[in-house]
Amino acid sequence: MVEKADPHIGLLHRGTEKLIENKTYMQAVPYFDRLDYVAPMNQEHAFALAVEKILKIDVPIRAQYIRVIFCEIGRILSHILNVTTQALDVGALTPSLWGFEERETLMTFYERASGSRLHANYFRAGGVHQDLPKGLEEDIAKFCETFPKIINDLESLLTDNRIFKQRNVDIGVVTKEDALDYSFSGVMIRGSGVPWDLRKSQPYDCYESLDFKIPVGKNGDCYDRYLCRIEEMKESVSIIKQCLAKMEKGPIKSLDGKISPPPKAEIKQSMEALIHHFKLFTEGYRVPKDEIYTAVEAPKGEFGVYLISDGSSKPYKCKIRAPGFSHLQSMDYLIKGHMLADVPAVLGSLDIVFGEVDR
Amino acid sequence: MKSLEDLEKKINSELTTKINNTEIKHNQIYIEIDKEDMVDVAIFLKTNQDTKFRQLIDITVVDYPEQNQRFEVVYLFLSHEFNQRLIVKYLIAENEVIPSLTSIFPSANWMEREVFDMYGVSFKDHPDLRRILTDYGFEGHPLRKDFPLTGHSEVRYSEEQKKVISEPVKLEQNYRNFDYESPWEGTKYIKEEIQNNDKKKLKI
Repeated sequence: MVEKADPHIGLLHRGTEKLIENKTYMQAVPYFDRLDYVAPMNQEHAFALAVEKILKIDVPIRAQYIRVIFCEIGRILSHILNVTTQALDVGALTPSLWGFEERETLMTFYERASGSRLHANYFRAGGVHQDLPKGLEEDIAKFCETFPKIINDLESLLTDNRIFKQRNVDIGVVTKEDALDYSFSGVMIRGSGVPWDLRKSQPYDCYESLDFKIPVGKNGDCYDRYLCRIEEMKESVSIIKQCLAKMEKGPIKSLDGKISPPPKAEIKQSMEALIHHFKLFTEGYRVPKDEIYTAVEAPKGEFGVYLISDGSSKPYKCKIRAPGFSHLQSMDYLIKGHMLADVPAVLGSLDIVFGEVDR
Repeated sequence: MKSLEDLEKKINSELTTKINNTEIKHNQIYIEIDKEDMVDVAIFLKTNQDTKFRQLIDITVVDYPEQNQRFEVVYLFLSHEFNQRLIVKYLIAENEVIPSLTSIFPSANWMEREVFDMYGVSFKDHPDLRRILTDYGFEGHPLRKDFPLTGHSEVRYSEEQKKVISEPVKLEQNYRNFDYESPWEGTKYIKEEIQNNDKKKLKI
């Protein structure tokens, strides 16, 4: 029987917030990949939105679709990892073998768009770094056709599995009230029956124009959270499909030369472009004095950036609000009175990634 | 409350003496108060039927070393019912102890520990105020502006002593912090002109 849980965190603390204070706005983006490294682009999104709101710049519609597609890919990446490793924690090996194959496919999409599988550094204030390479849209569309079958396969292994249910049903129950008190967000609060999703309630980018549902749990136990994640993956696939259908050719980043670097070809021709390029990559763009809190619905919950700018080209302060931090803190409350063997099940359903907890 | 303006009015009328200033920007409401009123304001925000800020999103501190009251403590709240965000702030001096919100919001526990760890601000009535993110035995408060980016000590495994040792940071090369301010934008009259142009743009 567990009487008290006191998680000791900080072993992966890298001082991200301090480092960001010493970097320009563009140089700060890669640090966000290293927070929740399972879904890197969702973090970048929060920072990009915060800077855009202060600078008051508009994002071209194509860039918004690209960003949403990759955020949803990130969500699938994260949920596959969580669902399958949680199954692994309670004794099922196969789901992780099947799931990771799909993760690999998704990470190649990341690689083809940004050049790297994990630490993408792809989103910019004002859009994305570069346009999608030829053929990527078609391949993502193909993936959307085949992936639902994989989800069904995973479900056939887990959803009605006797052992999986014995380990998860009625374990780590969170009531509505407690979910609010403990600052839960994302699946943790939806699993307890609160229909709260920032993509719906405080929509950013083009989420408003997309049609998707918010799966909500009933009992607030580990099993409901698992079901929520499975349903969310299905919704993500549908969001990606809608984006692909609606996407048109066009610019992929803000056309403001003071914010977005010029295309390489132009640098050889235009003096103006060369100066912009030089200034953007040495000094960086300046952001007027302001403060803002911006949050996005990351796969794990509400990921927020509290940004204070002071008119220079470096953030004065950048507080990162990681969903996992609040979730892990409630470990004591969640696990008290359970058996020791329930700890991995509960911890798995919290969806903890230490990159973001420790920052 | 349906709109932020109504909320602002409500808060100002209910908590008249406790509110120093309110402002709405970026679709959020910013409130400045005094340190002593924090607990009352938090209870009001959480329990009042028209506010229902049931969730404490985060607590943080901003360091302005040149000011007399150097730390600005910031609380972020979220109301699910009304879909609104609210930010409460107050200034404190370096060694001031501030009230803990753990009895109202259990989630404040770790957030306050983090503030304590990163800025060295102490909380009154906190059940378990220990460092949280930094190493056991760490000295200093890393997010203060006067704490160097490289830190003071580095840790390595010593082959001679056969254990992990901590020693002062030795850098092969100093941290390079270039001044990129353009001479042609840096002079005063150009800056003023840029500002004037911005104002003109806003009018248009």
